[in-house]
Amino acid sequence: MIRSENLCIKCGNFSLSNISFTIPENKWGILMGKSGCGKTTILESVCGLRKIRTGKIILGDTDATGFHPLERNIGYVPQDTALFPTMTVFENIAFPLRVRKWKNDAAAARVGEIAGLLGIEKLLGRSPVNLSGGEKQLAAIGRALAFSPKYLCLDEPLSSLDEDRKEDLFVMLEKIKKSINVTTLHITHSQTEAERLGDIILILKDGKIDAK
Amino acid sequence: MKISKAHIWDYTLTACFFLLGSIYLLFTIALLICDFTYIKPEFLHKIIAQEEIRYALKLSLFSSSISAVAALLMAVPIGYILTRYNFRGKSAVEAILDIPIVLPPVVVGLSLLLLFRLMPEKLSFAVIYEVPAVIIAQITVITAFAVRITRAVFEQVNVRYENVAMTLGCTRWQAFVKVLLPQVLPGLISAFTLCWAKALGEFGPILIFAGATRLKTEVLTTSVYLELSTGNIETAVSIALVMILFSSLILFIVRKYGKGLNREAAV
Repeated sequence: MIRSENLCIKCGNFSLSNISFTIPENKWGILMGKSGCGKTTILESVCGLRKIRTGKIILGDTDATGFHPLERNIGYVPQDTALFPTMTVFENIAFPLRVRKWKNDAAAARVGEIAGLLGIEKLLGRSPVNLSGGEKQLAAIGRALAFSPKYLCLDEPLSSLDEDRKEDLFVMLEKIKKSINVTTLHITHSQTEAERLGDIILILKDGKIDAK
Repeated sequence: MKISKAHIWDYTLTACFFLLGSIYLLFTIALLICDFTYIKPEFLHKIIAQEEIRYALKLSLFSSSISAVAALLMAVPIGYILTRYNFRGKSAVEAILDIPIVLPPVVVGLSLLLLFRLMPEKLSFAVIYEVPAVIIAQITVITAFAVRITRAVFEQVNVRYENVAMTLGCTRWQAFVKVLLPQVLPGLISAFTLCWAKALGEFGPILIFAGATRLKTEVLTTSVYLELSTGNIETAVSIALVMILFSSLILFIVRKYGKGLNREAAV
């Protein structure tokens, strides 16, 4: 479960107050709202990347408000993917495993498993610089899922793709939803995306959240 | 094809810019030609064989290397903090860090002299007019440049890479070492070489703070000064040529490794 209780965030002149929502265990929550309304700010706060003034972030049964990002067990995929350009796709996906001191064989097997699930086996030896938008998104999702996180945060994963690529990635996200038990917070502008993937739809409007 | 008035303006502007640029380019080439044609190569060998000049060359290379490493060791954390954190008084800190750049070199030397006069006598004697003074004078000036360069280098890398690394299991230190450092390495190599070249050419603060004692605190720049002041123009030019060769080598390294800086922008 991902729960936000009366979250107040201030960054520069922008502020959000009393943001509350709950995404039940293993459900896919969609957060929608206009550009600049603070969706990414909320997502970053859930991931522990942004300081909050008051309120609580509950992950499962634990109050994770003061937790370091590494203690939250969240796989995070930012809008621009932020794949590490000095590493290959394989090294990117293996990164969280290497940080956790996995042995080379085990890490390689896990990367192979993730690549198989996402259909990116052929990309493993390539540099992120030479990938298309859709391939980058898949590699970034693979990296976020590699360490089997309990929670997944996706920041507009389909926004920069053309229609054909979007459909491919849609299918892949539906596959992930069915095959992996992970509680997800997914930001999007698209109503179709929300209806196809969302178990719960949260709409951020005028600094408040309505749940559908 | 009809040439309109707008086209004529475009061509005029381009021609003017080319002309102005060419003046400076030709001027720089003329400077180098003058230096290289002033003395014969065999004279250069003779000069480099002199004990004083060899000492100055060794001290210059040694002190510049130590100074560049020390400057970078200070500039990397400062550049990181200034680009990754916001805090009260940040602009005041930035302004103070820029002071050594805008201060006249002689004033830097004088200030160092006054500061070290206030230190315990043992330390003061060990530093002033000794080799450590050469290194400290170089570090004082080049660290400010190093901070400017490292800031620019860190600003080119989106903080999101480190943020993602932290969600993937890294501490901030691990994110710095494993994710940020490999991306900024070409920029840091450029920063090191530029600081090294700047240290090699430092003169004013060294003259005031370390003096220009032969076989003691004499570096290449002070050698040029000492030889000129005694009328040995050939020797001064020979030393200048050595410095030009080293500076050219630095320029080559910077151009070779500086190219890697924008790799991340493509992602």
